[in-house]
Amino acid sequence: MPIIAFPSAGNDENAVLDLRFGRAKNFVLYNENTKTFSVVENTQNMQANQGAGIQSAQNILDNNASVLISGNCGPKAFRVLNAAQVQIFFAEAKPIIELLQDYQQGLLKKAESANTEGHWV
Amino acid sequence: MKIAIASGKGGTGKTTFALALFLANSDRSVFLDCDVEEPNAHLFLKGIEKQKDVVQLLIPKVNADLCNQCGLCVKSCQFNALAMAGKAGVLVFNELCHSCGACTLICPTGAIQDVETPVGEISIYDLKGGAEFLSGRLKVGHSAAPAVIQAVKKHPSTTPYTHHIIDSPPGTSCSFVTSVSGADFVILVTEPTPFGLHDLKLAVEGVENLKLPYAVVVNRVREKDHLIKKYCAEKNIKILLELEEDRRVAEMYSKGGTLLEVLPDLKEKLNLLLSDLEDQVGANP
Ligand code: SF4
Ligand code: SF4
Repeated sequence: MPIIAFPSAGNDENAVLDLRFGRAKNFVLYNENTKTFSVVENTQNMQANQGAGIQSAQNILDNNASVLISGNCGPKAFRVLNAAQVQIFFAEAKPIIELLQDYQQGLLKKAESANTEGHWV
Repeated sequence: MKIAIASGKGGTGKTTFALALFLANSDRSVFLDCDVEEPNAHLFLKGIEKQKDVVQLLIPKVNADLCNQCGLCVKSCQFNALAMAGKAGVLVFNELCHSCGACTLICPTGAIQDVETPVGEISIYDLKGGAEFLSGRLKVGHSAAPAVIQAVKKHPSTTPYTHHIIDSPPGTSCSFVTSVSGADFVILVTEPTPFGLHDLKLAVEGVENLKLPYAVVVNRVREKDHLIKKYCAEKNIKILLELEEDRRVAEMYSKGGTLLEVLPDLKEKLNLLLSDLEDQVGANP
């Protein structure tokens, strides 16, 4: 059963999705086995002014998430997540708990490719 | 003598001035377009490209058979150029790599090899009358601009020329520093607007940090007294030249023409300007 990751500025399921995947402060994680939420910081390498999306993608993988629900995903992050077979779903800035329900009901759109070019996402 | 032409931001007429300075002195100088992310001098100089060199950097390549997926290389990269993508192994993002070599050093299994990889190119053009100019171009999306700029500045075909006119990228970034460093003199091009002043101040800070001698050229001057003049007087910065606002210049520029075509008298001024700089630099080596 997968772990689902939500980029967010908040710490729990009531927080709203942060649309900037690369610069999100935290990832709220939902474990479908234990049905519990947890939060991890989206630590970034501050020396690098590029590649925030790659680092975020790496953080997703390091936390064993296999689903990402995100407002955006740039081409570099997409390449990492796709190679690691993480499924990406696009969503709007809604509370995470609502997005989880949307996901479970199959309402979210699966990303087939990156949807942004900018290097900040 | 190496003269770098720079500005705090784009759109001040930096390239226009740099080209005019070059064309007025093309018998003794070579033009280097170091604005490698957006080189545009070739649009105005209309030379014939006679040579193209590839600029390469050593970029790591991972041998999946030797990699044990320990992840040390990913942690060692300061530039986010590597990622560990689960079973797919290590991914390399060439465009973010700075060729620092850290990952290759740290890999315990010898799975990483540095491979010469193209990051940009240099074109060498012949101009009518025997002059030459060089233009560097970074591969789109690459972060290796400084490497391409270095390669242009050190290119062997620049050696026969007494003077190098270096059109530097705007801003005060890494690329700016790479293209102005080592210059004997920096000319900062600006215009008499609040934005122009703001950008000039940043550029001045940049060249002062590098301890390079510099002076200012003011473009699009409308009135005798203006804010750049005031600032330069306060800071004791020399203004080498003021170019008056002239609609014909903008028109000419949009057609791919150059300043000297509109203002032929400028040629002699720019001739003198270069000779003056020569004396000055010669006097304070
Ligand atoms: S050479 Fe340096 S910058 Fe390039 S991938 Fe390796 S550690 Fe990163
Ligand atoms: S350091 Fe070497 S062995 Fe370890 S993950 Fe990187 S390439 Fe593979």
